Amino acid sequence: MKVVIDDNMNYLQSGDDIISIKDLHKHFPKLHVLKGIDLQVKKGQLISIIGRSGCGKTTLLRCLNCLEFFDSGTLRIAGITLTRAKSEAAISKSIKQKSGNIRKGFRTPFKPTDDEAELDDDFHIKVQILRSRVGMLFQNLNLFPHLTVMENVAKAPIIVKGEEKEKSIRRAIQLLEKVGLKDFMKRYPYQLSGGQAQRVAIARALAMSPHVMLYDEPTSALDPELVEEVLQVMRNLHKEGMTQIIVTHAMHFARTASDMVVYMEDGKIIESGPPEEIFSNAKDPRTKQYLSIVKD
Amino acid sequence: MYNIENRIIKLWIAATVIACLTLTLSAQPSKKILRYGADASSGAPYVFQNPKDMSQLIGFEVDIINEIAKDQGWKAKHVQNEWDGLIPGLERNDYDVAINGIEITEDRMGAVNFSIPYYSTFEQIVVRRDQEDINTMSDLVGKVVGTLDGSLAQKILEVQGGIDIRAYDDEAKSYKDLEFGRLDAVLIDEPVAKYYAGWNPQLKLAGQPIGEVTYGIVTRKSDTILLDQINRSIDRMKKSGKLREILEHWNMWNFMMAGFMDDHKATNIPHIYYNDYLESQGKHITFFDQLRRYIGFMPMLGEATLVTLSLSILSMLVAVTVGLFVVLLRVYAPQPFSGMAVIFIESIRGTPLLIQLYFIFYALPELGILISPFLAGVIGLGLNYGAYEAENYRAGLFSVQRGQMEAAISLGMTRNQALRHVILPQAIRLVIPPMTNDFISLLKDSSLVSVITMVELTKQYQLISNTYFNYIGMGILVAGIYLLIGLPFVKLAKLAERKFTVDKRKIIKR
Ligand SMILES: Nc1ncnc2c1ncn2[C@@H]1O[C@H](COP(=O)(O)OP(=O)(O)OP(=O)(O)O)[C@@H](O)[C@H]1O
Ligand SMILES: [Mg+2]
Repeated sequence: MKVVIDDNMNYLQSGDDIISIKDLHKHFPKLHVLKGIDLQVKKGQLISIIGRSGCGKTTLLRCLNCLEFFDSGTLRIAGITLTRAKSEAAISKSIKQKSGNIRKGFRTPFKPTDDEAELDDDFHIKVQILRSRVGMLFQNLNLFPHLTVMENVAKAPIIVKGEEKEKSIRRAIQLLEKVGLKDFMKRYPYQLSGGQAQRVAIARALAMSPHVMLYDEPTSALDPELVEEVLQVMRNLHKEGMTQIIVTHAMHFARTASDMVVYMEDGKIIESGPPEEIFSNAKDPRTKQYLSIVKD
Repeated sequence: MYNIENRIIKLWIAATVIACLTLTLSAQPSKKILRYGADASSGAPYVFQNPKDMSQLIGFEVDIINEIAKDQGWKAKHVQNEWDGLIPGLERNDYDVAINGIEITEDRMGAVNFSIPYYSTFEQIVVRRDQEDINTMSDLVGKVVGTLDGSLAQKILEVQGGIDIRAYDDEAKSYKDLEFGRLDAVLIDEPVAKYYAGWNPQLKLAGQPIGEVTYGIVTRKSDTILLDQINRSIDRMKKSGKLREILEHWNMWNFMMAGFMDDHKATNIPHIYYNDYLESQGKHITFFDQLRRYIGFMPMLGEATLVTLSLSILSMLVAVTVGLFVVLLRVYAPQPFSGMAVIFIESIRGTPLLIQLYFIFYALPELGILISPFLAGVIGLGLNYGAYEAENYRAGLFSVQRGQMEAAISLGMTRNQALRHVILPQAIRLVIPPMTNDFISLLKDSSLVSVITMVELTKQYQLISNTYFNYIGMGILVAGIYLLIGLPFVKLAKLAERKFTVDKRKIIKR
């Protein structure tokens, strides 16, 4: 199957939400992780998701670019609409089966999961277009260790979009300049500091010209003095109109840089709104309590 | 760096193509040639390498088969095989006849046809010079006695009972062990005793002739016309006195042949070849003779080295291909296939390479699959090492971090693209150092193919050292050659290790 990937954002009528999530559910073995998530994001917004460890923030992000497949609900993101309604029976069956599958998955990494195999071709084609339009940064960055910084950035467009090598390299240089790492092109990932590596990872994702960027705790592994250089890149992208969702523990950044803050607890969104409202005037007592603990 | 995997793949494809070409070119059929199977390490006076010129094959059987070929207007061509593989090799159609002191026995007649006998002799006891108490078969009871594996002498010893029998695959070693005291006596056909023990001051022939042995030329059951032609030629040689002349040259005319051919008159045909042989054995060898001799071995050793090298390189190519295929099946294929891959790996790793080689070479022809010795060696070693490579690659694949796949996929790559551009290049870097080590052990394991008629380095060592009883000097020389050809690869392994362990740390770290 050949998937044609284009960069234009024609799907977006003015005023439409670029991301719209309705009643999204996700189950893990013996665990109902996401219990009906609803979220609307407009183009160009910067959203911060905050919440206790284990509340499902990472899982939500992974569902947004289909690294995990949600069980039911509707996900519309960057022009792709995915709807899924796994039956109760199928869910409970997979809940029971899954722990076995995890072990199996460990034995055969890189192999499609049963869940993935179950979905039809049409779904997978959509997923692939979706992934090429949604960039994601992981908690542990997973730069490609066998490639130079430049190759890390230039590789995906060549492979996925069939872009010319020259063009992709030119663009990679531009992006590296943008994240302030033009001089580091020829280095290998192990020769970078944590903050530099994180910025390369951002450039790598940007090379695919994503319509939406997702970040999972982009600064949590960094020394305090390196945090700012990464956050600055996001602020700049925000100015350029990139839609971004950030899972973060950096409360100061969430408060000053985002257009909207989302508080999650136990697989649900408890409260969302402009940062000032959430931080100084939360309506829900659970939000208040959490913020009183993490206040920096 | 960017294209290292591309370059490796290109190199590997090129090598495979060359390999296939070599294989097709090396198969060349021809007519009017009588291919005879014989073991050149079976020694004097049957079929052996001329001590004066190792590239030349001599022996009374070489003279006989050449005479037969001449009589029929053919050309005789030797095909090397281990002695106890001679009949299976005949059935594999590796040659048309076998002539190598093969005794005419009931059991063998079930499997093959024998020509009329061309020689008749007896079994001879040999003991150390100082030994007085062993002269008859019954004296051997309770003693440790050496003989040739699968020979009539071995049967005779078994029938006697109560003898601790040690079966050797070449006679020279049995007499050496008799000298060393590992054996009390050796019972082998008389010509062997005469040629290997008769002149040795440490040993002596003891007692009376035992039993009767007749040698015949072996042909396939189906080749009745060939058998008939050979029988006619032998008959003509007997009548014309040519057979006696040959046997006299080798000092092998005995009372049994005299009775058998009813030819009791005296002749004065000189024992020229026997005398040559004695001279070569007894001669005092100066340092320069030795040196000249070693230099004389070089072309043969060079050829054998080439066989070892090309066999090893081709086998490694097969192993890499098989390994990749099997690991992909094992890791990515759905159930029946991945299970089959596991069964393949386990059954190869759980059985000796020697058995696998025998199976490919001797058992497959019975199922109608006939392949040349070289190809059988390549396939045998290739499949065997392929199983180990597959496990090696699996380890490499698994040590690439799981997150790498997710990172690639989240950039929009498909699983196959991610595998090809992200996972495999990393796995290759992890796998190259152990692969280089595997190749070095393959180089050494390639010596096992001598069991399927290949003359490679180790076999050549055996052939030369058995002719000259020179085990130490030749041993050091051949071991040196192995070291020498292995050295570049050892170096390569070290280099790869140094280079890629750094990479490995990187890969694990991020
Ligand atoms: N593949 C999986 N299989 C089973 N359970 C999982 C899996 N991934 C996550 N979980 C569980 O789901 C829950 C939510 O995990 P998630 O990673 O989304 O939390 P989080 O909010 O990102 O936490 P943190 O702030 O610590 O990163 C946790 O209880 C976790 O143990
Ligand atoms: Mg998390």
